[in-house]
Parts: sequence; C-alpha cells; structure tokens
Amino acid sequence: MRHNVRGRKLNRTASHRKALMSNLSAQLFEHKQIVTTLPKAKETRKFAERMITLGKKGDLNSLRQALKFLKHKKTVFTLFNDIAPNYKKRAGGYTRILKLGLRKGDAAEKAMLQLVEYDDSSEVPAKLKTKAEPEKEVKTEEIKEKKPKAKKASPKAEKAETAEKAEK
Amino acid sequence: MPVPKRKTSKVRAKSRKNHWKLEAKSTSKCPNCSAPKLSHRVCPVCGYYKGKAVIAAKA
Repeated sequence: MRHNVRGRKLNRTASHRKALMSNLSAQLFEHKQIVTTLPKAKETRKFAERMITLGKKGDLNSLRQALKFLKHKKTVFTLFNDIAPNYKKRAGGYTRILKLGLRKGDAAEKAMLQLVEYDDSSEVPAKLKTKAEPEKEVKTEEIKEKKPKAKKASPKAEKAETAEKAEK
Repeated sequence: MPVPKRKTSKVRAKSRKNHWKLEAKSTSKCPNCSAPKLSHRVCPVCGYYKGKAVIAAKA
C-alpha cells in the first residue's frame, strides 16, 4: 500500500525529477517569478523554500548544501546575498502561486510561482485602497513601480558578481 | 450466455443520454475589468489578480 507517500512523481524518473526541480528553482531565483504548470509549481515551491532557508542560515555548510542542489554557482550566490536577506523576518512562505487558468491544447492548469518580497511594494497600497476608487490610479502606480524595479535589477546583478568574486 | 432480447431503440438510447451532459463552469466577475473569469484565477482579460497586474493583458 502506498500510504503517506509525499510529493509528486510528475511522470519522471527520480533523476529527471531532481534535475527538473533544481532547474525550476534556479530559474525562480534568477527571474523572481516563473510560469509553469500548477503541479510543477507546487512541487518546486517545496525545494525553493528549502533553499531560501539555507540561504537565511548562510553558513558554510548550508552554502555547500545549496551548491549541491542548485547547479549554478552564480544563482546560489544571488540567493545567499540578495534574496535570502529579504526573508529574515519571514518564517516560511517565501513563495506565492497564482493560478493562470487552463492551457489550450491539453487543458493543463498553468500557474505563476513568485518570490513573495519582490512585488510586495505594489501589493500593499492596492490593499489599502477602497474598491470605489477609479482603476486609472492603479494603472499609473503600476507603471511607476515597474520602472524603478528595472533599474534596481542591474545594480543587484553587479553586486552578486562582486560578492561572488569576494567569496572565491 | 444471456443477451438483450430487443435492440435498444433510438429514443431509449437518447433519453438515457439526456442526463449525460456538460455543465457550465461557474464564473466570477473580475473586480478590475468586470469580465467573467474563473474564481481564484488571474483574470485572462486584464491580467489582474488581487488588485495588481500579474500578466500582460490581452490586446
């Protein structure tokens, strides 16, 4: 009997599954949000959050464990230096899954997996607003917020590189 | 081996299948663009979910 066996097989062999989880997690840390199918998103969440917890610990052992799972050194250093410090106050729940509806063709549910902190700045004012307010305001805010984000992204990447060099 | 005595008539077959039909998915109204959408999903028309743009809007 297959009692209490957790996790999804995703129609893959163990090694294929492991590689997929590693790749999806790495892509998530690199791009802050990824679009995939709902089961894959839910499964990736498990591994990605584990990696962020390692990043929060930040000691040599957890760095080595992260390097074991994520294949790209650069991604691991981005995680440890840029992403994990944002979650110091958060005890789990570092990612968010948004359902995007069914895919044409095979009717698979698509979903977006996001790192939580990376768009919270736009979420807070939206929540405070009353529903009666016109939607135009929301749109202008979105545009304003997108621009500084793009600017921020490049210095962060540079930081990661310098940090990586320092670590080496 | 027991077999049916009569051929199932067209009416009999069709009236049995009368209860065998698809049902429309219940939809909710998008609070941003008021288009019908599946609940707990990002709106496919305007790309909004919980008051903020998530994906690019169609057209």
